[in-house]
Amino acid sequence: MREKHHIIPVWFFVGLLLLIYGVLILITGLAQWSNPPADVQLTNLHASVWWGGLLIVLGTVYCYMFRPGKSA
Amino acid sequence: MTPLPAMFVATRLVRLSAVDLAIIVIYFVLVLAIGFYLKRFATTGEDFFLAGREMTAWVAGLAFVSANLGSLELLGWAGNAYQYGIMAAHWYWIGAIPAMVFLGLVMMPFYYISKTHSVPGYLKLRYGSEASTLSAITFAFMTILMSGVNMYAMAVVMEVVLGWNLHFSIIVSSLTVGVYVAAGGLFSAIFNEVLQFFLIWFGALLIPILGLIETGGWSGMVARIHQNFPGQEFTHMWAPMSSADKNPMGVYWVAIVFGLGAVQSMGYWTTDFLVVQRVLSAKDVRSAKLAPIIGSFFKMAVPLIVILPGLLGRAVLPWHLVPGNQAQPGQFKYDDVLPLMLARYCGPGLMGLGITALVAGFMAGMAGNVSAFATVWTYDIYRPYLRKDAPDSHYVSMGRWCTMIGLFVSIGTAYLVQYNKSMMDYVQALFGFFIAPLFGTVLLGMLWKRVTRMAGFWGLLAGVSSSVTIFLLMKFDERWVRVFALSPEAQPLAQAMWQAMWACITCVVVTVLVTLVTKPRPDQELVGLVYSLTEKAHEEHVRWVHRPLVWGVLALILLVILQIIFW
Repeated sequence: MREKHHIIPVWFFVGLLLLIYGVLILITGLAQWSNPPADVQLTNLHASVWWGGLLIVLGTVYCYMFRPGKSA
Repeated sequence: MTPLPAMFVATRLVRLSAVDLAIIVIYFVLVLAIGFYLKRFATTGEDFFLAGREMTAWVAGLAFVSANLGSLELLGWAGNAYQYGIMAAHWYWIGAIPAMVFLGLVMMPFYYISKTHSVPGYLKLRYGSEASTLSAITFAFMTILMSGVNMYAMAVVMEVVLGWNLHFSIIVSSLTVGVYVAAGGLFSAIFNEVLQFFLIWFGALLIPILGLIETGGWSGMVARIHQNFPGQEFTHMWAPMSSADKNPMGVYWVAIVFGLGAVQSMGYWTTDFLVVQRVLSAKDVRSAKLAPIIGSFFKMAVPLIVILPGLLGRAVLPWHLVPGNQAQPGQFKYDDVLPLMLARYCGPGLMGLGITALVAGFMAGMAGNVSAFATVWTYDIYRPYLRKDAPDSHYVSMGRWCTMIGLFVSIGTAYLVQYNKSMMDYVQALFGFFIAPLFGTVLLGMLWKRVTRMAGFWGLLAGVSSSVTIFLLMKFDERWVRVFALSPEAQPLAQAMWQAMWACITCVVVTVLVTLVTKPRPDQELVGLVYSLTEKAHEEHVRWVHRPLVWGVLALILLVILQIIFW
């Protein structure tokens, strides 16, 4: 984004959203580890846990790299 | 294969848990917060309508491809993939990539250098007010009608999938969009589109990953499809198109290459202001050229999250889906395949992410429509005809007001469609009437300096008229399908391709004929608007890795490789 307006980069908001969602999904996945929903397939793969973890990692990287106040 | 068991018959396809609802609410809160944050930056006309022309190539490129990645698009094309097989990917590959590269390398410099605010704005500079006004009025009118139709269609989806009340979906989502677009203008729309892009990928990517694990990879999926649907062809793109009666779409390869690849997609991706506006927000010419090319790589990958789930549905779902107009109570439609696959693999949390992706896609699409409408109305209709010399702040204010007014008209249209369902087909068809001939008019204007003012207008009018005529003839008398689509087997998608091709040819022929009998404009008036009179950008000093041409050629090579792999 251009420097004219000094807007917080959109990537920071993307990171923030991914981080929040990652935490919620990971916690949900862990809570259902031994009691997964019956109507969902492949629950033995625990997709919520590793997908939530992936979102947390990506979200954290984006939030750090594009944090407000960091010079471009 | 068995009919749908009674246990699956329900008023909704999926049920949301508390964490799913929390994920959806967080999304609404964040986009509203971003809208209010961006309001302080949208103070001038250039800020509000073109996001200050300060977007990087990546942001403009993602917004460009995201503006086309609405929820109905995702649901509809996943349904088409279930119905027609991998042939539906033509709309993402040959039906998009060459056009995006062409926009970046050939057309974008003219749009950008002329400093126009819109596509009708370019027509005004190149041809004059006649062609521009025709284009602006039809675009503004159709955009707002389309927005209403999409609003209704999406509310119906939410009702069927989630059991949400129709009025709740329409009012809450449209008011949210109205508030954040009226606040931050194109800044808000683009920020939301980039957010939506990530949400869609992370919300939908698990479906093909888990689906391929369940089926044992691509070959396992193909084997299951052949086992479930013996004798039917769903997994090849070009091989079944040697004849229209050998594929479920009823299409001949000529229609795909020329109707879709050369006309329909070129028209949409290079002249539909809804998508072009995103690229006009780029910070310089090179970014504007790169943006659609960056977008083309992501567009090429979209079949992974749209087409593949449709194919996987053929392989793993324990019942047959049916066309929307034939669905009986207890049966699921083709367009339900994506939510069904989402429900198959995604438990609480992941389901919320997937549904948020659909909601975000819907809202981003609506934001795209109203921001494009506000720009064309303010700059191409209001300013030239109603109030010429107002201060910039007046036009920004007008943009904010007509964002809200546009939304209310869209809501009205949505309720109108609710009581007159056939209107939906007509409005969706109407939008296609203008795109193909507009491409002919814009392209001729950019490449041939001899084309005259009146030739642009009459060519466009003739193209639109022929498009409407062909549509009505094919709709009300099937004998005309054989004439215009060269086969009585042609399905609506194939008919639309042929309709686009004939409309564009009519536009070009009439434009050339009128040009030959009218007087051209002097060269000095066309500098920066026509290829032969515009100084070309020199990129010898730019490293190869930053050159649009390099990435454009790479995108086309990848496209060819994909066609060979899935031949």
